[in-house]
Amino acid sequence: MRRWALGLVAWVAVSAQTPRDLFVAHCAGCHGPAGEGSRGPALKVSALQRANDVDSLVALLRRGIPGTEMPAIAAEVVADQPLRALAAYVLGLRTNNRDAASGRLGRGAELFRGKGKCMSCHRVTGEGSVAGPDLSDIGSLREPQWLRRAVIEPEADVYDSFAGYRWTIPLPDNYLLVEVTTKRGDRVAGSRLNEDAFSIQIRDGEGRIRSFLKSEVAELRRQWGKSPMPSYRDVFSAGELDELVAYLASLRGLR
Amino acid sequence: MNARALLLAMAVAATWAQVSPERIRNADREPGNWLTYSRTYSGHRYTPLAEITAANVGQLRAAWTYQIQQPGKFSSSPIAIDGILYIAEPGGEVAALDGRTGRPVWRYARRPPPDLHACCGASNRGLAVLNDLLFVGTLDAHLLAIDLQTGKLRWDAVVADYRAGHAVTVAPLAFGDKVLVGIAGGEYGIRGFLDAYDANTGRRLWRFWTVPGPGEAGHETWSGDSWKTGGAPTWITGSYDPELNTVYWGTGNPGPDYNGDARQGDNLYSCSLIALDADTGKLRWHFQFTPHDVNDWDSTHVPMLVEENGRKLVVVANRNGFYYVLDRTTGAFIRGVQFGRQTWASGLDAKGRPIRLPDTEPTAEGRMVYPGFHGTTNWFSPSFSPLTGLVYVAVREEPAYFSKQKMTYSAGQWFSGGNPRGVEKVEPTGSIRALEHATGKLVWEFPLKSPPWAGLMATAGGVVFGGSSEGMFYALDAASGKPLWHFGTGGAIFANPVSFLVNGRQHVAIAAGNALFAFALPDAVVPQL
Repeated sequence: MRRWALGLVAWVAVSAQTPRDLFVAHCAGCHGPAGEGSRGPALKVSALQRANDVDSLVALLRRGIPGTEMPAIAAEVVADQPLRALAAYVLGLRTNNRDAASGRLGRGAELFRGKGKCMSCHRVTGEGSVAGPDLSDIGSLREPQWLRRAVIEPEADVYDSFAGYRWTIPLPDNYLLVEVTTKRGDRVAGSRLNEDAFSIQIRDGEGRIRSFLKSEVAELRRQWGKSPMPSYRDVFSAGELDELVAYLASLRGLR
Repeated sequence: MNARALLLAMAVAATWAQVSPERIRNADREPGNWLTYSRTYSGHRYTPLAEITAANVGQLRAAWTYQIQQPGKFSSSPIAIDGILYIAEPGGEVAALDGRTGRPVWRYARRPPPDLHACCGASNRGLAVLNDLLFVGTLDAHLLAIDLQTGKLRWDAVVADYRAGHAVTVAPLAFGDKVLVGIAGGEYGIRGFLDAYDANTGRRLWRFWTVPGPGEAGHETWSGDSWKTGGAPTWITGSYDPELNTVYWGTGNPGPDYNGDARQGDNLYSCSLIALDADTGKLRWHFQFTPHDVNDWDSTHVPMLVEENGRKLVVVANRNGFYYVLDRTTGAFIRGVQFGRQTWASGLDAKGRPIRLPDTEPTAEGRMVYPGFHGTTNWFSPSFSPLTGLVYVAVREEPAYFSKQKMTYSAGQWFSGGNPRGVEKVEPTGSIRALEHATGKLVWEFPLKSPPWAGLMATAGGVVFGGSSEGMFYALDAASGKPLWHFGTGGAIFANPVSFLVNGRQHVAIAAGNALFAFALPDAVVPQL
């Protein structure tokens, strides 16, 4: 392999690793990316046989399981604090946490797919539409109370302005509803993916990404504060809403 | 107007955005897209687009530039689908860009582990796509599947342990229902392999070890336990023949690079082309270009699948200085010819094995040989034009003193067994060479100042695009090699060009420095549609 850049390039950690990062680095190779098990046993079980609380699991991780392929994780590799977080993460993979045990998550998922028809606009782990935001990891981005309000009052938290946090290139100005009328008379409505002084990119009604130069545009209407999402206040009962929100909060993505 | 109604009309996942295996297999039916690393499975890096021609390329202009966000060596070969470009940044983050303006439409961000080391600088050569997923490798040796439409992570497979020196820098290759990925780490004493994963789930389907273990054919070509640190990485994307259901993939140097004393034998399957059954990963045949390599002459090249009078061939311009023509059904050697400066072999024998000259192996003091450790060419892509019948290769002319030393293996540590160095009073140089594809005969040459690190792309417009180490992106006449156009990008080019359509207009793109540059003809040259 080439060596013009001889020597090792050390990566500077931008910030500490999340428990999920640690899981991927140290556990997923044998226990599977989601703890479903492969070479090592599944962790998505009702209870872990050898250590079913954080303290026991931390101790187990520090010494490994002698006589098996389960190695010890030394303190130089993962320090105490992150190891506790990793142990909590692993225990969180169990299927007997309160929501799962009570069946709320399953019912919430059914409401999401069925009665709420949420997937006609939203996408979760590759299923559903891309008209609205992909919710695969919404539970790690938004609090349950925020999610509850978003379901019953969709326009309550739609931004009136993108000022202050979306002025740089890396984060696109997305999900503002816009309507573009071209000088040729074509009208295209959709959600904005990005915009600058000279062009705008939107996802149109067919999910297709469209790019318009401002010089081709006769009129550009921005629907500030508007959401295409209807209120679900009268659709779901209070109990159903709890279940739906519990399901949304459980969507943590892979990272 | 009712935006709500319009958006609700998107009731089902948009199927137009799906890149089916058939679409990639029939890539020539949609020349405006670039759906796999080399555009087609044949490894040609040739575009049938012909709006930009030898006659008008002189008027080519920059359309836009996109600055990447991650540090490292930017080597991504973009995937282009219906006017959207997908690039992998050096650390494995992914961006989707509007091909018309270069504006990002989504981004997948990821933090590498804090203790990550990467050989040779952070780099990533690109992505694969299949159905609604993009596949990207990472420096910590994961293979990720990213939602093509939204940029969300869909699965995350651990390919190998990065702490032992493994990394994934190669652009994966996707076909059928699987995605293939190779491994880097030939300077760290890894044992190389090529993996296939289930494209839907990330489950590993097969692994071919490029260094055979005990009891496997070829194991006898390694003395002692040397196979355990035998190298033979697979860090450049291979090719695929759907008719023969065979994958062709190049392998890298044996480990340690420069000291072969502890690994007596030919060291299969290092510095080879391996042909594998695509379903099972079983070896169909192999051809070793440099047996018992001691010069770091990886054979990690894109194999080009071509034909001669109906015979299926695979051709490789190799780092060791020779151009090879093989029968890709059987692996039989047909012919080989020197295509660049080399001083280590008197030629090839009847079976294509190099005839090594005496006193050319590394010594403790060092011994000068052409080519140097970067080879007569390197990982960057060659190109084949079916219009001219020529293979275009970026050629390096640079000697090195090769010295060897004893080195003990320690997991994750540098394990090269030597320390090559440049030769005083020799200014390294290079060229672009056009060879007859079936014979390797030189047809024309365009001289470069410095040895190149960029690949080539031939076009149906009779142009060959390439990049220089001084940062010039340029166009040559495919028939004569005459220079037609150049553009200063301001950053060294370590990447391969691609071409695609945006709103019916041909664009050409290349990664240079820390940016992706896209070019198109001005409206005055090509009347707007």
